[in-house]
Amino acid sequence: MGIFRSGLSKTRQSFFGRITQMLGQSEIDEDTWDDVEAILIQADLGVATTQQVMDDLKTRVKREGITRTDQLQPVLKQILRELLDFPPPMNISGRPLSIILIVGVNGSGKTTSIAKLANRLNRAGRKVMLAAGDTFRAAAIEQLQTWGERVGVPVIAGKPGGDPAALVYDATASANARSNDILIIDTAGRLHTNYNLMEELAKIRSVSRKVIADAPHEVLLVLDGTTGQNALQQAQKFRELVDVTGVIVTKLDGTAKGGMVFAIFTELGLPVHYVGLGEKVDDLVLFNPDNFVDSLFDEN
Amino acid sequence: MFENLSERLQATFDRLGRAGKLTENDVDTAMREVRLALLEADVALPVVKNFVKRVKERAIGAEVTKSLKPGQQVVKIVHEELIETLGDPGRLSFSGSTKPHVIMLVGLQGSGKTTTAAKLAVHLRKEGRQPFLIAADTYRPAAVDQLVTLAKQINVPYHEEGTRSRPADICANGLKAAKDGGAAVAILDTAGRLQIDDTLMSELEEIKRRTNPAEILLVADSMTGQEAVHIAEGFNQRVGITGLILTKIDGDARGGAAISMREVTGVPIKFLGTAEKLDGFEVFHPDRLASRILGMGDVLTLIEKAEAAYDEQEALKLQKKLMENQFTLQDFLEQLQKIRKMGSFTQMLGMIPGMNRFKNDIDEEDVEKRLKRVEAIINSMTATERNNPKILNASRRQRIARGSGVEVRDVNDVLKQFRDMQKLMGQLRKGRMPRIPGMMR
Repeated sequence: MGIFRSGLSKTRQSFFGRITQMLGQSEIDEDTWDDVEAILIQADLGVATTQQVMDDLKTRVKREGITRTDQLQPVLKQILRELLDFPPPMNISGRPLSIILIVGVNGSGKTTSIAKLANRLNRAGRKVMLAAGDTFRAAAIEQLQTWGERVGVPVIAGKPGGDPAALVYDATASANARSNDILIIDTAGRLHTNYNLMEELAKIRSVSRKVIADAPHEVLLVLDGTTGQNALQQAQKFRELVDVTGVIVTKLDGTAKGGMVFAIFTELGLPVHYVGLGEKVDDLVLFNPDNFVDSLFDEN
Repeated sequence: MFENLSERLQATFDRLGRAGKLTENDVDTAMREVRLALLEADVALPVVKNFVKRVKERAIGAEVTKSLKPGQQVVKIVHEELIETLGDPGRLSFSGSTKPHVIMLVGLQGSGKTTTAAKLAVHLRKEGRQPFLIAADTYRPAAVDQLVTLAKQINVPYHEEGTRSRPADICANGLKAAKDGGAAVAILDTAGRLQIDDTLMSELEEIKRRTNPAEILLVADSMTGQEAVHIAEGFNQRVGITGLILTKIDGDARGGAAISMREVTGVPIKFLGTAEKLDGFEVFHPDRLASRILGMGDVLTLIEKAEAAYDEQEALKLQKKLMENQFTLQDFLEQLQKIRKMGSFTQMLGMIPGMNRFKNDIDEEDVEKRLKRVEAIINSMTATERNNPKILNASRRQRIARGSGVEVRDVNDVLKQFRDMQKLMGQLRKGRMPRIPGMMR
């Protein structure tokens, strides 16, 4: 659990640290429900998911004859845990070259996440190559190159302002030639509402498909953990256009709660693969729903 | 999803079946909807609670104006309170500071500080003030390169020392360089950091001590959720922010974070980042943001326009006619003219929440032309024909077509539309919500 817990300790204190304080050991009354609801809302679970959890909690409390507030926590924890699941293993084995496409809105943490992911896979013995597909933002290529050097993986880059789809073509050829077995493609941040940029992303995807028939093998959406309800719209739109297969949630080392993960999994069925817990290259951990919910409930 | 608070509130009031003055009960019911709508828009819970309390005080006993339904009335109050909470657009203030004035940009990672620094420089130059950029983000790989690239692109002088110097030293040196270069305003691009990161927050304090900024602006992502209050409070407590810049407002987030941050800090919202291009930078308008947070497009403008176009008496007369099925072609013509008085069709469509996306599918000229043709056709009818379209036989239709310069089938189309509309009125009387035919074809 280690790093996952330490990174989430602040989240834990502000989230379920309070629930124990608030709920204490008394009879359940209207205030109790208001308190639980407040906690869920403030964790960015959103109105719909919160209502669903509240309804479920009330039903179970009634059914199980629970009357005291200190008995609520395990039930609430169970309900929240049942909404999540372990991610499936990523579909990046059993072929000469697997392609991972990384997408997301501006500033969500794509490039940093790619570096961390490359580092993980590299250390697991995979031969990773990166493609600097963000040809739009100033110095985005340099940013990825710097990371590449730090992590020790090659980076294929074109010119700033170049066609990212063409770069993907070159990078794939290059990865094959150098017998790399994983190619991670960085893309420029784009708001999901920008039609032209979303079309461009779809083009990048179809180009990779031309090179390898079933590519990209994973399309990971990088979501900023401080994002509120808009995260669901982002996930919907990106899934529609490029068939997102999973999510990386970043910036969960602060006080942000990351509660939108619930709706994204229950409503869109998109698994969370990794969680970003800091700026260092090791600060990317596999998502584990037990730990996620457990850490939230631990008191210290 | 709350597409439209106005509709939801109206549905609530319809259930209550009330009119006239708003009672405490009415308001309580409405406030539940308001609360949910604000939470859906990512306004932080404690802020929602205070806000709802204020709206409630204003709403109880408020006179319902003749032209507005109770639901619309509440929306109006909510909207007004929201605008007040968001406050006036804040202008940059350099009073009490000497040239070069310092603007320090702070915020979380990925909120858009570097892009904003360049946009701000462009904005200042447009105002006739010579800007200067200082690259103080030594942490994120290539952040310095990014600012330098942007500075060159917009042709603004800058200072950088790579990533080895301490950020506070870079800022102090940069300020000297700005002064020597005769710049009016120096913009400090600091590294993104969490407000709970003590070491990095101390660094900001040091930069502040050594550069004495006239403005410390918190750059925040408009998609931020409940966390907004903690971010704003954290930065404000440590460095004392003087204003907010909300970025990525060109997405479809409702932007409730703006109210949260404004409420807990009391500092004005100064600018909005509206696109990744360097001119995508706007002075903030509280009314637009308020409508957006409520998810109502510009429905208020629409309400105002409707208020202006209709007077109460006319509306009652029309309602009576509709109820008694005496709606004639003459009334049809008058309605058309009123709709045209309210503005262009696509413009109105854009104001209706959820309809914005159809805007591009509609050929405005075509719609205008069609409306004009309908007007001409009805104008070519006699008063008797308008009040009793049943007498319109083939020869009368031919005469009307000649009189209005159209084909007979155009006349038939209008008559068909009119019959559709009558049918629609019939459905309305029976309390069903019909589809509007004709217009969207």
